[in-house]
Amino acid sequence: MITYVFDGSFEGLLTAIFDSYELKSIHVSVICEKRHQPGLIGDDHIVTTDEIKARRVWQGLKKKLPPDWQQRFYNTYLSELPESFQHLFDFAHYIFDNPKGAETNFGNASVMAVSQTDKSVNRERHRMKAFIRFQKTSDGIFYAPIEPDYNVLPLIATFFKNRYADQMWIIYDLKRKYGLFYNLEKVEEIKIDFVSETESSTSFLPAKAVDENEELYGLLWNDYFRSTNIPARRNMKLHLQHVPRRYWRYLTEKQHN
Amino acid sequence: MSSRIREKLSILADAAKYDVSCSSSGGSRKNTNKGLGDSSASGICHTYTEDGRCVSLLKILLTNHCIFDCAFCVSRKSNDVQRAAFTVEEVVDLTMNFYRRNYIEGLFLSSGIFKNPDFTMERLVRIVKKLRLEQRFYGYIHLKTIPGASQELLTEAGLYADRMSINLEMPTEAGLKLLAPDKSHEEVKKPLGFIQENIVRFKDEKKLIKSTPKFVPAGQSTQMVIGATPETDMEIMYSADAYYKKFELKRVYYSGYIPISYDERMPIIGSQPPLLRENRLYQTDWLMRFYGFDVKELLNFQNPHLDVDIDPKLGWALRNMDQFPIDINTADYKMILRVPGIGVGSANKIVQARKFCKLRSDQLQKIGIAWNRAKHFIRCADSIFELNNPEAFSIKSRILSESNSKYLKIPQNQLTLF
Repeated sequence: MITYVFDGSFEGLLTAIFDSYELKSIHVSVICEKRHQPGLIGDDHIVTTDEIKARRVWQGLKKKLPPDWQQRFYNTYLSELPESFQHLFDFAHYIFDNPKGAETNFGNASVMAVSQTDKSVNRERHRMKAFIRFQKTSDGIFYAPIEPDYNVLPLIATFFKNRYADQMWIIYDLKRKYGLFYNLEKVEEIKIDFVSETESSTSFLPAKAVDENEELYGLLWNDYFRSTNIPARRNMKLHLQHVPRRYWRYLTEKQHN
Repeated sequence: MSSRIREKLSILADAAKYDVSCSSSGGSRKNTNKGLGDSSASGICHTYTEDGRCVSLLKILLTNHCIFDCAFCVSRKSNDVQRAAFTVEEVVDLTMNFYRRNYIEGLFLSSGIFKNPDFTMERLVRIVKKLRLEQRFYGYIHLKTIPGASQELLTEAGLYADRMSINLEMPTEAGLKLLAPDKSHEEVKKPLGFIQENIVRFKDEKKLIKSTPKFVPAGQSTQMVIGATPETDMEIMYSADAYYKKFELKRVYYSGYIPISYDERMPIIGSQPPLLRENRLYQTDWLMRFYGFDVKELLNFQNPHLDVDIDPKLGWALRNMDQFPIDINTADYKMILRVPGIGVGSANKIVQARKFCKLRSDQLQKIGIAWNRAKHFIRCADSIFELNNPEAFSIKSRILSESNSKYLKIPQNQLTLF
């Protein structure tokens, strides 16, 4: 049993896969350095992230996996779940060690694990497409703060770029402290230096920072949300299943109650 | 100004909410000239109301003034409700500003009939045209077909809308005649057929001439009200099946009647909407569209009503025990789809995975099938040999004892009036 410690990056994980073939390690457990606690028993191998090795592994995977599975592999990485690194490591070995097409063996534990994690990440990605609420600022930029369960910003950039092609927007991940800015030409990654903690923790901008009509449209949306409900069919269990409470603080329709 | 628009929105959203269709899928308009919007083929539900229904589109009436007096409709002429009407500009402005903030996927626009059908339809067309041409809006638009509107107007509407729909209202002609003597299914069939012919014609032309515009790319749908009139489940689903086949509808919606009238022909105000029945009808609809079932297998003269305590797929399986158990590792995909507790996703995974090795029960559970239900109908690599196959009745009681239906807490008053 040997423990591979890597830096948490995608390249780092791919390098770990490369090393395991070079060092002919068997029974590897993969862990991110942030969570690693050096133990008394067992060996540690510190993975040094190497872009060339990483690219070789990725090219290899691309040769063996169809595009939708390449995407599943990357999505699983974006889940940031500690156990997902192990699943990806095992999955990569399973794919390399078997003939093409092995990814359809849903009876294999690592195939199923990647398939399920991808599903969760995809669901979160879809939720962000649905639950992001822009506020128009006084300088005309549409701003939306979010705190997704998984790191899905890279997965929604193109969607929002195509959809809001004629308006400048910022989507900011407060949990991971980075965001996307679309300047009518392309999407860029940005970091905002919030003056204080309180400023970054409010999900809605203060009145002086928003467009003069912002409040009215927020109110109209609230009116609509209430009017379109049918009280005789009230079903809060189903409501909460679709709109879990943790998303409420960013939803305009959940503010003016 | 702002208080008047708020009042109008409340009235006209309230009047539109009994139309249950809210899908925003099926149309894919590409935003090519830096306009606003890009409808994704899968559709997006932006939020859910407290009744658990999805909110995808801004669903409003242009006006709730109406010259008709249909007993089941909240906007009927004789009903004492507040009336309002949007201007064309107001609808455009609301749609654009809601869309820009990512509140909605697009617009669902319907209307009461004021003056005459053509006058009403012309207004609706003017709104969608303005959105598409002046505002360069590429979001989703669902437009109501107004019965009796001219073919010219319908053809024009179809060029800008993604989906069009027209409601059957009651599942059978007799039911409709009872509550809305002025209306008939014939006047629904005519425009449905006309638009369907055009959809086919535009598609054929597109094969030859690439620049042919899209015509109602997300197809047509309809809705029937359930529980206001005394139809059986069989009558309802046979009617739905006929419309699916004849007009290639994308969806039929079943709307449990919510009492809104003291009219003695219908359930009284305050009685529970038939939510469980509605759910069973949707389950049957899904079995017909995605699971390869013929409606006659699920409902027939021996079984004109769907079971209340179990879903229609389980009901069918229990009536056809001679076809079970099936071997997961050898059975046809179509047969695997028919096993209670196995969905389309799991069935696909099973037929792919079994090429690698004979599947065991632990693998099947990981794949995600509802094991407690499915186990009675399948055999897999580690199944123990059983001498005699269990009877339908004992399987049913075992399944029911292990599960707790979310509906049992809701009082049942299915059609007690009739």
